[in-house]
Amino acid sequence: MFFQKDAETMPRAKIREIQLERLKYTVRYCYENVPFYKKKLDDAGVTPDSIRTLDDIRRIPPTTKADLRDNYPFGLFAVPMKKIVRIHASSGTTGKPTVVGYTAHDLELWSDCMARLCAAAGATEDDIVQISFGYGMFTGALGLHYGLEKLGCAVVPNSSGNTEKALMFMRDFKTTALVATPSYALYMAETAKKLEYPMSDYHLRLGLFGSEGCTPEMRTQIETAWGLFATDNYGMSELMGPGVSGECEERCGLHINEDYFLAEIVDPNTLETLDEGETGELLVTTLTKEGLPLLRYRTRDISRITYEPCKCGRTFARMDKIKGRSDDMLKIRGVNVFPSQIESVLIGMKDVSPHYQLIVRREGFADTLEIRVELSDTSLLESYGKIEELQNRIKHNMHTVLGIQCKVSIVEPNTIERFVGKAKRVVDLRNQTEEKS
Amino acid sequence: MAIQQISVFVENKPGRLAEITGYLAEGGVSIRAFSISDTTDFGILRLIVSDTEKAAQVLHEAGVAVSITEVIGISIPDVTGAFANVVQTLAAAGENVEYAYAFLTPEAGHAYVILRVNDNEKASQILRESGIELIAEAAITG
Ligand SMILES: [Zn+2]
Repeated sequence: MFFQKDAETMPRAKIREIQLERLKYTVRYCYENVPFYKKKLDDAGVTPDSIRTLDDIRRIPPTTKADLRDNYPFGLFAVPMKKIVRIHASSGTTGKPTVVGYTAHDLELWSDCMARLCAAAGATEDDIVQISFGYGMFTGALGLHYGLEKLGCAVVPNSSGNTEKALMFMRDFKTTALVATPSYALYMAETAKKLEYPMSDYHLRLGLFGSEGCTPEMRTQIETAWGLFATDNYGMSELMGPGVSGECEERCGLHINEDYFLAEIVDPNTLETLDEGETGELLVTTLTKEGLPLLRYRTRDISRITYEPCKCGRTFARMDKIKGRSDDMLKIRGVNVFPSQIESVLIGMKDVSPHYQLIVRREGFADTLEIRVELSDTSLLESYGKIEELQNRIKHNMHTVLGIQCKVSIVEPNTIERFVGKAKRVVDLRNQTEEKS
Repeated sequence: MAIQQISVFVENKPGRLAEITGYLAEGGVSIRAFSISDTTDFGILRLIVSDTEKAAQVLHEAGVAVSITEVIGISIPDVTGAFANVVQTLAAAGENVEYAYAFLTPEAGHAYVILRVNDNEKASQILRESGIELIAEAAITG
């Protein structure tokens, strides 16, 4: 299914031509309208005229989240407030949130981007779609909301929270598609199973998941629990919100809306551009944004890009599911550890639930990793041996995947917090004095 | 003559055991026999209670991980070597005792012992044949 087939299937040469034209425009636009960028480009010796090929983008210094914070709230906006029609802000886990502004044109293109991705995932105008992202300052809910409406779907703006009521609407409306974070979709399934209604009262056939990572194993769990086809989409509020990229029904990577976004993969340490197929940090340049244009924004997300055409007919490049955030990336005894790796090990094991917490400590001069998981198979209670065997099995599998030793703690079911938004599963105590509980 | 036993997963944190036994008290369930064993991280509490079904329901509703298994109970005289005799009898027949716990009885000069073995039926038969007295659930919970 296509929303804008001509754009989504144009030849690579045409894509590159549009990207170059828009890159030149955006660099000039930033230079002329955002003092921050004028200074940044002047300091780097880059003039708008000197951008002649797509590769010239490498001469532009990246933009970081810190740049957005330093210019809080509106310092990087490229238009006067009278042109801004919407303001969102990202959750500020550390320091000030980052604020983004949209012109009417930005909102129009945002909903186009989103409509394309939803259609690619298999949504049609016949779908009734419940949005279980939290509305409010977060871009996720409204991004999907307007994109799905544009596609012609019936949108149920349920927001997150009050899960039982959401489940009631899903049964009564015969809702066919769900927008949620993967962990909330799992939590909803857990709640649904506790209620007296059979799962056949639910009619979900499609999941449009995003805002946090989803391992293949977690996806399988969601699909099995709900009997739906799960797809991932990707974005971040700084760049626009969701709508940067998303999976088509082939599910072999997330198609990037390349006429609106120019994506690069760089080495997170050296910022050197990496070749096609290499894994590194994703940098994104917005190509059409008016309110908050960004040049080479450091997403901190680790991925990989391929430009091979897809079986679905789309020619837009595909990025891998995010392997991890370089913010979340834990360096433990010199080894890079991604929470997603830990999750993939746990989800492959039926005796524990997929909810987990990671605790990193510094004991003496060595870092230690503790993985807390919930026991789900109570038949193991028959003997210590079985629980210890489970602990050892997890430890062994973690060692195989992570390359480091860790401590595994089995905890009571339903005691690890379920997160509605981005899951905060890592507790890093290395630079803190731990309170003894 | 199997006896229903509840096993409960207890995290090693202050007050957790009190909470769990508190749920049972609130549910009007009385504990007739118990054993608790632990490692540094967690413990397993094993209980024989007045109403197994009710106890399981109360704990399940409180989000506690429980499982119910059948164990056997015996009454042995309070003399040296009585328990050793039981274990030897079972071992000779190839039955392994996974765990056991004993408690006092209203019957003077005797102790009740709860045994978790691989095969309840086989073990019961062996014990009976060796003249060891098995006890019914009602003897404990009644
Ligand atoms: Zn495709």
